[in-house]
Amino acid sequence: MVRQSLQDKKSVYGAAPVQDPVSSHTLAMIVDNEPGVLARVIGLFSGRGYNIESLTVAETDHTSRQSRITLVCSGTVHVIEQIHHQLGRLVPVHKVSNLTLEGTHIERELALLKVVGKKDKRIEALRVADIFRARVVDSTLESFVFEITGTTEKVDAFVALMRPLGLIEISRTGVAAMSRGKEGVHNGE
Amino acid sequence: MATKNTSTKAQPKMQLVKTTPQVKAKTAKSKPVMVFDKKTLTGAEIVIQALVDNGVDTIFGYPGGAVLPIYDAIFQQKKVRHVLVRHEQAALHAAEGYARSTGKVGCALVTSGPGATNAVTGLTDALLDSIPVVCFSGQVPTFLIGTDAFQEADTTGITRQCTKQNYLVKDVKDLAKTVHEAFHVAKSGRPGPVVIDLPKDVQFAPGPYQSPEETDISRYQPRTMPDLSKIEAAVELIAGAKKPIFYTGGGVINAGPEAAKLLAEFVQMTGYPLTSTLMGLGAYPMSDTQHLGMLGMHGTFEANWAMHDCDVMINIGARFDDRVTGRLDAFSPHSTKIHIDIDPSSINKNVRVDLGIVADSAEALRAMIAVWKKRKYKANAPALKQWWAQIEKWRSVKCLSYKNSQTIIKPQYALERLQSALSKDKREVFISTEVGQHQMWAAQFLKFDQPNHWMTSGGLGTMGYGLPAAIGAQVAHPDALVVDVAGDASILMNIQELSTAVQHRLPVKVFILNNQWMGMVKQWQELLHGERYSNSYTESLPDFVKLAEAYGGVGLRAQTPDDLDRVIKEMMKTDRVTLVDICVDQKENCFPMIPSGKAHNEMILSPHAEKFDKTLV
Ligand SMILES: Cc1ncc(C[n+]2csc(CCOP(=O)(O)OP(=O)(O)O)c2C)c(N)n1
Ligand SMILES: [Mg+2]
Repeated sequence: MVRQSLQDKKSVYGAAPVQDPVSSHTLAMIVDNEPGVLARVIGLFSGRGYNIESLTVAETDHTSRQSRITLVCSGTVHVIEQIHHQLGRLVPVHKVSNLTLEGTHIERELALLKVVGKKDKRIEALRVADIFRARVVDSTLESFVFEITGTTEKVDAFVALMRPLGLIEISRTGVAAMSRGKEGVHNGE
Repeated sequence: MATKNTSTKAQPKMQLVKTTPQVKAKTAKSKPVMVFDKKTLTGAEIVIQALVDNGVDTIFGYPGGAVLPIYDAIFQQKKVRHVLVRHEQAALHAAEGYARSTGKVGCALVTSGPGATNAVTGLTDALLDSIPVVCFSGQVPTFLIGTDAFQEADTTGITRQCTKQNYLVKDVKDLAKTVHEAFHVAKSGRPGPVVIDLPKDVQFAPGPYQSPEETDISRYQPRTMPDLSKIEAAVELIAGAKKPIFYTGGGVINAGPEAAKLLAEFVQMTGYPLTSTLMGLGAYPMSDTQHLGMLGMHGTFEANWAMHDCDVMINIGARFDDRVTGRLDAFSPHSTKIHIDIDPSSINKNVRVDLGIVADSAEALRAMIAVWKKRKYKANAPALKQWWAQIEKWRSVKCLSYKNSQTIIKPQYALERLQSALSKDKREVFISTEVGQHQMWAAQFLKFDQPNHWMTSGGLGTMGYGLPAAIGAQVAHPDALVVDVAGDASILMNIQELSTAVQHRLPVKVFILNNQWMGMVKQWQELLHGERYSNSYTESLPDFVKLAEAYGGVGLRAQTPDDLDRVIKEMMKTDRVTLVDICVDQKENCFPMIPSGKAHNEMILSPHAEKFDKTLV
């Protein structure tokens, strides 16, 4: 009897829970700029099979050698909260903020786009760039390199418009983000 | 890869360190002991000096090309004892056994490449069970890193996910402070393993030494003191409970003997029942009636039912592991849950709790006791009486009953006889286990009344853990009686360590419950896979008695119940390494059992338990 009912379930683990909805989160953290930090941070996502959508890292304080990592990823609120706590307990991580959950924030991305074309297409490209307030940072007789900053959506829209106009290469920085108001990134507890 | 840059931190140097007991103890000792009588030390000598300054007296290791300078330094001093193991995995488990049985940080030393990869299982084991360990690994010289040099492995890369923190030291001037930080990280907050990878040229290079006191470790200061308002809220909930239960885990052990004392005080003050996880056994005396025994997959009927039916659950230092909770959506459905844990990421990880408190369990218990006393709380006596009456009914099921035999040794009976002999022995007793049915029976049938006397691989479930862990405990407690309760399959995973025990005169006792099966695997196959016993019969087992003798130890065998007491007595009497082959019933299964994915109230009882009475529910 017992055996029969047990054989319906052939795993030494329980069943998978019902998944909560997945949403996008922007996390900001202050870390020591030392080898291995990024790998540890990323490991918390990759170890769960989670994809990171955007990642920016640069040293922001040269005297104390601290960097800011801004990371956009998607996951269930529960799992992101979990990762948030696990980030907080890493030795080289000083502060962690989930900007998405902690009030409003600003996000900016910078992109460089190389557009190759002649005649009408070239003129049209310049016109669109003007509308988007993109700057020309390099030009030849047959090409432009545009620089654009804005939200991810704005950059996406600009890229979409440039595609038929001879876009051959894009370089994007990924999202840099900051909360609005007077509070800084606070402690990740 | 590399070096830590603690010195270039903006924080003020020598900032006062949070007063954990360990740090206090360290700053209290004054006169520095110089291990080597010279002005400038080499990297290898710095390692030894730093070990001594961090209170290390023993290191478990295995030499190789990339760590020879450290072995040379070890040879030229007497402060640190090196215990040569026979496999690097065992060095880590021995360090764990040492750490668990002393409350100190365990220490291991392995060579590069294969030495480091062999250590990975032990590191992962220590990570999952939160055991403080510092492991030094040799590395090829810095100028060869990344060239696929002989015995090169990306050790920091490989061990990143199985350590709490790891370091590659590329400059000898960072070495001392890295070692000090490693010890601090290993033992602070939620303890865990730390790896320091040391290129061979760094071991040779002369460099400056700085003491732990001169080192700024302020960047890692996990919270240990609880939020008082939350403690007050918790105590209010606890006092108002009608069907309370304490659910305690390894965190109480990790918080030190003081935490266990405070736990006993609080539990007795309230009169509430308590159950413990596998890792937490010994934090509260198991011979006390308020202890309901272990909970979880092979926990007692009364513990699991009390967890299921309670109205207030007080989790102290346990982590709602899936072996404990069973089916999550049916886990203790009607209770208000309080969770005290030093690791913020443990709270709300598996189970949503009503009140999470980040704190060291000793600090939290101290604060709760103070609030309970100050507010003159009293347990709800009539409700508690009813609750205990209910618990006694569950207890009367006698879930651990088994049918004894005159002719064949039941594993449970063997452990009962062992327990009886142990409790009459005057020596301090330490028990370790391997992994399988024997491990669960040991948890069910042996009585642990003190913390730090029980060593088992809980989180990772590592077969081969028990013998080296016993060796580690025996090194730390030479006069104690250390017994590894083993299975016939598990023991073969690190059997070579008998040689270590014999060499270092560590008279550990290996008590094999030999059922000639991977019993736990067989049990699952019997219950879940239509009795198709695929590859779970351990064919061609060695003759364990002869094997023990071949290693230079003593081999004993019990074949019938009548042999048991004599063999156990003989085992306890000899001062040599002893392997005891207890030939037990091959058919016995481990009950009670909550099949995975089932709820606590769906446990399967042994056919020999007192008949399960539906009216109890
Ligand atoms: C290193 C490792 N490999 C495999 C397993 C899976 N496993 C769990 S228990 C077990 C059988 C253990 O047999 P034995 O040591 O004889 O103990 P018994 O269950 O018979 O008491 C196995 C193979 C494990 N836990 N660890
Ligand atoms: Mg077996």
